[in-house]
Amino acid sequence: MSFMPVVLWTDRLIFALLAAVLELVWFIRRHPHLRAPWAAVARRPMAMGAALVLAVFVVIGLLDSLHYRERLPDSPPGQPQYSVEVLSAFDALVGPLRTRQEKTYSAPLAMQLYAKEFIERDGATVRDYPRLKYGGAHLKRADAREPDIVRRILVGLAQGLAVGLLLFGLLAAWQTRHRHMVFGTWLTAWATGHLGWPGRTIALTVALMLMLGMVTFHLAAGYHVFGTDKVGQDVLYISLKSIRTGLVIGTLTTLVTLPLAIVLGIAAGYFRGWVDDVIQYVYTVLNSIPGVLLIAAAVLIVQVAIEAHPDLFDTAAARADIRLLALCLIMGVTSWTSLARLLRGESLKLRTLDYVEAARAFGVSHARIISRHIFPNVFHLVLIAIVLDFSGLVLAEAVLSYVGVGVDPTMYSWGNMINGARLELAREPVVWWQLGAAFAFMFTLVLAANLFADGVRDAFDPRLEGRR
Amino acid sequence: MKPLLRVENLVTAIGSARVVDGVSFHVAAGETYALLGESGCGKSMTALSLMRLLPDGGRIVSGAVQLGETDVLGLPEREMRRVRGGQMAMVFQEPMLALNPVIKVGGQIDEALALHQGLAGQAARDAARALLDAVGVPDAARRLDTYPFELSGGLRQRMMIAMALAGEPELLIADEPTTALDVTIQAQVLDVLRRLRTERRMGMLLITHDLGVVAENADRVGVMYAGELVEEGARDTFFAAPQHPYSRMLFEALPRPGDSGRLTTIAGQVPRLDGQLRGCRFAPRCPFAIARCRTESPGWQDRDGQRVRCHLAGSLPATSVRERVAHLVAEHVSQPLLQVEGLKVHFPIRRGFIQRTVGHVHAVDDVSLAIEAGRTLALVGESGCGKTTVGKALLRLIEPTAGTILLGGETITAKNAPTLRRQAQMVFQDPFSSLNPRMRVADILLEGMDALGVGAAGTRRDAIARLLRQVGLPDDAGDRYPHAFSGGQRQRIAIARALAVSPRLVICDEPTSALDVSVQAQILNLLKDLQAELGLAYLFITHNLAVVEYLAHDVAVMYLGRIVEQGPAAEVLRAPRHPYTQALVSAVPRIEPQIGQSIIRLAGDQPSPLNPPNGCHFHPRCPQAGAVCRQTYPGQTDLGGGHWVRCHWVAGQV
Repeated sequence: MSFMPVVLWTDRLIFALLAAVLELVWFIRRHPHLRAPWAAVARRPMAMGAALVLAVFVVIGLLDSLHYRERLPDSPPGQPQYSVEVLSAFDALVGPLRTRQEKTYSAPLAMQLYAKEFIERDGATVRDYPRLKYGGAHLKRADAREPDIVRRILVGLAQGLAVGLLLFGLLAAWQTRHRHMVFGTWLTAWATGHLGWPGRTIALTVALMLMLGMVTFHLAAGYHVFGTDKVGQDVLYISLKSIRTGLVIGTLTTLVTLPLAIVLGIAAGYFRGWVDDVIQYVYTVLNSIPGVLLIAAAVLIVQVAIEAHPDLFDTAAARADIRLLALCLIMGVTSWTSLARLLRGESLKLRTLDYVEAARAFGVSHARIISRHIFPNVFHLVLIAIVLDFSGLVLAEAVLSYVGVGVDPTMYSWGNMINGARLELAREPVVWWQLGAAFAFMFTLVLAANLFADGVRDAFDPRLEGRR
Repeated sequence: MKPLLRVENLVTAIGSARVVDGVSFHVAAGETYALLGESGCGKSMTALSLMRLLPDGGRIVSGAVQLGETDVLGLPEREMRRVRGGQMAMVFQEPMLALNPVIKVGGQIDEALALHQGLAGQAARDAARALLDAVGVPDAARRLDTYPFELSGGLRQRMMIAMALAGEPELLIADEPTTALDVTIQAQVLDVLRRLRTERRMGMLLITHDLGVVAENADRVGVMYAGELVEEGARDTFFAAPQHPYSRMLFEALPRPGDSGRLTTIAGQVPRLDGQLRGCRFAPRCPFAIARCRTESPGWQDRDGQRVRCHLAGSLPATSVRERVAHLVAEHVSQPLLQVEGLKVHFPIRRGFIQRTVGHVHAVDDVSLAIEAGRTLALVGESGCGKTTVGKALLRLIEPTAGTILLGGETITAKNAPTLRRQAQMVFQDPFSSLNPRMRVADILLEGMDALGVGAAGTRRDAIARLLRQVGLPDDAGDRYPHAFSGGQRQRIAIARALAVSPRLVICDEPTSALDVSVQAQILNLLKDLQAELGLAYLFITHNLAVVEYLAHDVAVMYLGRIVEQGPAAEVLRAPRHPYTQALVSAVPRIEPQIGQSIIRLAGDQPSPLNPPNGCHFHPRCPQAGAVCRQTYPGQTDLGGGHWVRCHWVAGQV
């Protein structure tokens, strides 16, 4: 085998989560009353557009979670030795993006470095901006750059549009066959938004994303689209790699939050009495400690622990991964209180309802009452909380990394990008592209998540029931 | 005479549903016009259309509303604000929700006075006091400085009426003004409304589903069905001979004293209003419907001042005589099924940091009951008297403080509670909150069988099918979720759930009070059939005396946690001896005019069970109270035939 799969802890959890989500989807499909609100989400153009964008992020994140180590070319055949560098399926896909490393900063789409250096030119040593090793290396002259970029953009747009139209044609063919409609009527229905699902938004979003992707693809083949960072690494690559970190923080933290919030919140509301008192004291105390302080302390402890046991981690990636997991854990432990409080209030109300009384009249056990009567009726709150919290957590990671208590400094993350860009903002001329790229990616992800969350909340919130 | 309010062909739509469809009527000054009908027939929407206060998505499609000289629908919103409250005012159903809980009632009345009469300061305060006096609030000056939560439901509703009167309206719209109140309080509030109408010569639009309230208050009656007015006439002629089949069936669905036959039910439900409606809207539920009814919408027909929309008006058979069935008399068995002795439920009141118990609410205080198999005992009383607590304590949903419960000769303790749960079950008041919306009906029915291990697992499917048939639900009901069913069907599911573990005693906690009259009739028939079939005993907890008379063999009347009178139903309700029972019985609005029976109006409200009055709990409201009543709680006075009361006056000591 030419590679050895590596399964990091967060990988395991991510795929476990994926399995759980798929299971849940399958379960929901079989229950009409659970399916109905999701169908309402699917009818909202804004939510569906956002979901598509989210899906792209998720696919990149998942690809980036399939880790492996390459076999060293010079290792003896009987005793294979593997590289210490942990790569992912995503790295293999984008290939050259990772390896084409420049010397230091270069601006987006540039063909020269950002700093003057002594270079040999025609036998003489002059101080000038040297050409990049990869960015624009195919160009012979500097003035060929702009036409080349324009050409690549146009080709990308055209290809994106072509693929988009092809997909649209396939969709139309399938739909007209499926619904026994004439193509013309289907097209009118599509254009006027009378399909029963947001066909226009989906088609437009897909086309836009395809065009954007194609343009990036063509530009990235010859240039550094977002420039390079201090050590000459492609910023586009770093930004794409940061997606996984953002997603891990956003989802795994929830995984820690949920059991705590659900169990403690429902227990407090359902049992009341001293159970309620204890749980309330716990979360009031937890809430009154500044979150950053707690997280900083916990992260430092983990850092010390990692350094005290270097033998436990065979690669730097594993070490960084454990720190990421620790960050998720500690953020989860500090952020369950608001959801727990919400669930407590709802359970307090539900426990007095007649169907709970009826179950008690049958002598149904507490565990069963909670699992069959209370939990299903607060689940919509949990769901709304998950999607609303996600974007907040992604942003929190950026802030924590910026403060220096976030993920490992060697890990790709938007927070680290911002932290790295911080010092360069004072430079003249300013190095803005790292910050810009991190901002653009984070903004897209968070905006998509928030729009999707709005759709979900509108569909699940019983107070908005009448307006659906 | 020119009418005060004239509504012509009013059409109101919410979305695509025409909830009010071509309604025309008029109200004269000093007259009460009652809109009668079941829920979902568009009564409230008519009222909201008049006020132009429709919910989101609602709009008035066409029609004209003329109030005095004003064309209400043509006014700009700014002018309309002056009409609302100034020319016509509205009293809502829920006095708990209609008052702002953080502003003193005086402040809320002042606001209305400032808005419509421009009064402020002392003048407003005097005017507010005068208004409270007018609506019969005792100790008016002090009440102005109270918050809504300090007032009882009846007082709050009077505050609402006072606020409505602040603008000196010409028309008062009362939307189910007494539905949320107890009978004795309802009687007080209706008295106030009647008196005000005569004193101020207001027109009144009374919206209600209660035929009794209509009979005692209205001058003219309009019956609404599915957004349309189907019959209209003066009260006396309407009550003497209702013309529309729907009106007739409403009468026949009502349990009446001295008649224990099967109640007439109206099959089906009010149709959805967003589809295409052809023909008479009542035709699908009408037993007299002919082919023409299904295709052609009937026009108005005049019959001696009574207007009716029915093709068959005048040719309908005379009011059908209800088949009389002898009152089901189960033979007395020596051993009662349920025997309760000295049941007490006291709730501790805790205060302070360490939650010290500072007192007790005596919710149930020394109640003894006995029910024999196959018989029904009704537990009657106003809200807050502890009747529901008794029911829950019997099932140990609330732990009793003291007392013994014998079920089938066996003392029930915390240990053998499963025995109790197999033998006694409960049906709750609100069918919407008593079924878990996230469970299929079959799972709901299975829950009790699973928990108590009733029947082998293999036979449970059949058992569910049998249960569904027994309560008159379709076979495929098991696979659906509760939201697919109407209120009446949900209550059937709730009954089936209780029956799933084959209990011998069913505790019914106001099972019909959330339902419409016609649906109530279905449920009462079902309960009666099940009793005959399965020999069930019922403990029927209710405040509706008409239902008691129809269903119960025995009655126990509760007041402030204690039973004050108990005996055979017919005897207690026809010849009540305790002053409280007498007041309760006479406060119920009746359809038939009362002959030779003076109406007893109780003053004030039920005191708090936190510190009940010394002596007889009822003495502060009792017209017969004497010195002895204020000192000692009366003992039991046996009147023979199982009829007894706790009253010094009956015992002849006053």
